[in-house]
Amino acid sequence: MELSGAQILVQSLIDEGVEYIFGYPGGAVLHLYDALFQQDELKHILVRHEQGATHAADGYARATGKPGVVLVTSGPGATNAVTGIATAYMDSIPMVIISGQVSLPVIGSDAFQEVDMIGITRPCVKHNYLVKDVTKLAETIKKAFYVATTGRPGPVVIDVPKDITAPNIKVPYKYPKKVSIRSYNPVVTGHKGQIKKAVDLLLSAHKPIIYSGGGVVLGEASKELTELTHALGYPITSTLMGLGAYPGTDKQFIGMLGMHGTYEANMAMHESDVIIAIGARFDDRVTGKLDLFCPYAKIIHIDIDPASISKTVRVDIPIVGDVKPVLEQMLEMIKESSKKPNKKALELWWHQIGQWQAVNCLEFDRESPLIKPQHVIEQLYEVTKGDAYVTSDVGQHQMWAAQYYPFDKPRHWINSGGLGTMGFGLPAAIGVKLAFPHADVACVTGEASIQMCIQELSTALQYKTPIKIINLNNRYMGMVRQWQEFSYESRYSHSYMDTIPEFVKLAEAYGHVGMRIDKPEEVRPALEAAFAMKDRTVFLDIMTDRTENVYPMIEAGKGHHDMKLRVALGTTTDRELA
Amino acid sequence: MRHIISILMENESGALSRVAGLFSARGYNIESLTVAPTQDPSLSRMTLVTRGSEEIIEQITKQLNKLIDVVKLIDLAESFHIERELMMVKIKTTAEMRDEIRSMADIFRGKIIDVTPATYIVEMTGPSEKLDAFVAAIDPDSIIEVVRSGPTGISRGEKGLHL
Ligand SMILES: Cc1cc2nc3c(=O)[nH]c(=O)nc-3n(C[C@H](O)[C@H](O)[C@H](O)COP(=O)(O)OP(=O)(O)OC[C@H]3O[C@@H](n4cnc5c(N)ncnc54)[C@H](O)[C@@H]3O)c2cc1C
Ligand SMILES: Cc1ncc(C[n+]2csc(CCOP(=O)(O)OP(=O)(O)O)c2C)c(N)n1
Ligand SMILES: [Mg+2]
Repeated sequence: MELSGAQILVQSLIDEGVEYIFGYPGGAVLHLYDALFQQDELKHILVRHEQGATHAADGYARATGKPGVVLVTSGPGATNAVTGIATAYMDSIPMVIISGQVSLPVIGSDAFQEVDMIGITRPCVKHNYLVKDVTKLAETIKKAFYVATTGRPGPVVIDVPKDITAPNIKVPYKYPKKVSIRSYNPVVTGHKGQIKKAVDLLLSAHKPIIYSGGGVVLGEASKELTELTHALGYPITSTLMGLGAYPGTDKQFIGMLGMHGTYEANMAMHESDVIIAIGARFDDRVTGKLDLFCPYAKIIHIDIDPASISKTVRVDIPIVGDVKPVLEQMLEMIKESSKKPNKKALELWWHQIGQWQAVNCLEFDRESPLIKPQHVIEQLYEVTKGDAYVTSDVGQHQMWAAQYYPFDKPRHWINSGGLGTMGFGLPAAIGVKLAFPHADVACVTGEASIQMCIQELSTALQYKTPIKIINLNNRYMGMVRQWQEFSYESRYSHSYMDTIPEFVKLAEAYGHVGMRIDKPEEVRPALEAAFAMKDRTVFLDIMTDRTENVYPMIEAGKGHHDMKLRVALGTTTDRELA
Repeated sequence: MRHIISILMENESGALSRVAGLFSARGYNIESLTVAPTQDPSLSRMTLVTRGSEEIIEQITKQLNKLIDVVKLIDLAESFHIERELMMVKIKTTAEMRDEIRSMADIFRGKIIDVTPATYIVEMTGPSEKLDAFVAAIDPDSIIEVVRSGPTGISRGEKGLHL
């Protein structure tokens, strides 16, 4: 079969099993768009801004585990995609981004809409390719998908010069079934001796804790993690990225750890004698001040990326491997071992944890006349029966969603953790809804974040992706304001917008339903009404207590044992903002 | 400590910038870097001299290994190895000085590879410290130009860095 480069690209994506491609046209990709027009297997989602394309593809990838695919034009199309590429990179999300490029002979001449995409994206991709020969195009695409989805996943950019896709140059096409790359061989199974050592250490622990992360979600190892945790009877905590890998409502789960983690999770980390980190990367939001991190613990670390191990915290027993087979091996050894978890020590340990739990660090003022954001999330949980896919933007609302919506299943909590990209939530929700049209999809956002990709409301209408936008409208960049309150004597420098759009009208202008909620008692009925409108996107503009802060909090330079807790359950009436 | 990292990588355009970019993005220091194709034209060999604590060197080798184009690498500082650098020095010469420069080059096992009425070019290879010593031994005012390749190295014994 002889095809043009444009046809090869489209056909390769179809042969790769790609369902959706999120994109935006322009000069350098016109041949490609013409090839897209002449087929109907591959569905193209036309976004309103290339950043939206990357986040939508990313949301699709996070929810399904399949790679998200993006198509943008050269120059401004390519640069607009960079934020979304970096977002995926930081959270290890598999994506393939196809960017148009000016024709090969003019590369380097400052041609119209030329930008060095390979150079610009180099630090925020797993790998990138410039296609210089149309006969290598299909193989390059195969390689890109292979690299993006294996080992530690990540985004891969394929930069395609316009002349490579020219309709008049046809070459034989065959999509490779398999590729191997001699310089890329991700490890899978863990070192048996290391796993044995880890099991011995685990079984001799008195104050153990399991610290699980996004790698368990990425590695599809929820079942194994749950089995291991149950077999050991140990407490388990999770990073922001790992939420849902272990059921959030299970009694062994003691909440998220880190900066806005629970008191019990952070205290247990601090006091523990053995930590097993599973697919987590000791991020600074998790460790707090490194010198104060877990002073009494021996640490086991399972990670597929050797570079994640001992990067910030030195570990005692490193295990390089894919979390699923490693946990399987580990479970096997635990079952066969003559040693058993130390029952007595464990009883004392759980007793201690119970005392920390009794602090009730997530309690908030339930009598307030103002809408408490935590209350909204709790209601969202109940109305969706804990079953929704929840995407979020970045800020206080993100933390409240993570704290008050216990996820029981992986891939249901979809947020930008590593880069912390405002604007992520709405397009990501569209990607999720396309993947799971029958599931409830909610986007928890703030009035500042939502404005960063608000234009995608139009995409949501065109492709009939009915999502529910939960706008926790505190009329502040709350997260910024909170830091200014704590660290800058309440000098609220530019964390407030004098003008905020009327979101109800805005939603209506985009063809959706808008609702404004001002009182606590309206929250539940509004949510119920919104989720009952199965085929409509609903924008719930919820006026929340603007003074509310996220607690608990580990402030900069502090350790896990030194958390700032909510002092009193005050309302705005007794806590005015300066 | 000083480490010499020897890298076998795909001879692809852009491979060099991936390595250089990694070092600047992560704030690692590069003292020198040399690169050339090997006898297998699809591969190039890069030698990189860097300094850092054990932890940093460990991260550097892990991060380099993570680059898709990197096939293999070794830290030469971890085993017996031979290190060489090539240098060419252009020296202003007056009639009286010529003998002295020639004997100095001899002592350091250098060669005079170009002569003009007013200059010599001395070529020399060796460990970097030897080259430093030669430069230090010459009157700085007479040195017109020093060109150094940066060190490159190879491990001793039967093992080698190959596919
Ligand atoms: C406003 C804000 C506040 C935040 N506060 C917190 C907080 O309080 N607590 C918190 O935890 N985070 C918080 N974060 C998120 C934080 O910045 C990091 O994104 C997060 O902690 C990283 O999670 P992780 O360690 O699970 O790593 P991830 O980024 O999910 O990385 C996954 C790790 O698993 C490995 N891996 C991948 N696949 C596999 C596999 N198949 N097998 C084995 N290993 C694998 C990877 O190599 C990597 O090391 C916050 C973010 C924002 C924006
Ligand atoms: C693109 C981008 N710019 C800036 C920031 C820094 N930032 C983090 S949270 C935040 C405020 C978010 O405000 P809002 O969306 O209203 O959420 P809230 O904290 O009020 O819930 C800002 C500006 C960011 N994370 N992303
Ligand atoms: Mg806000």
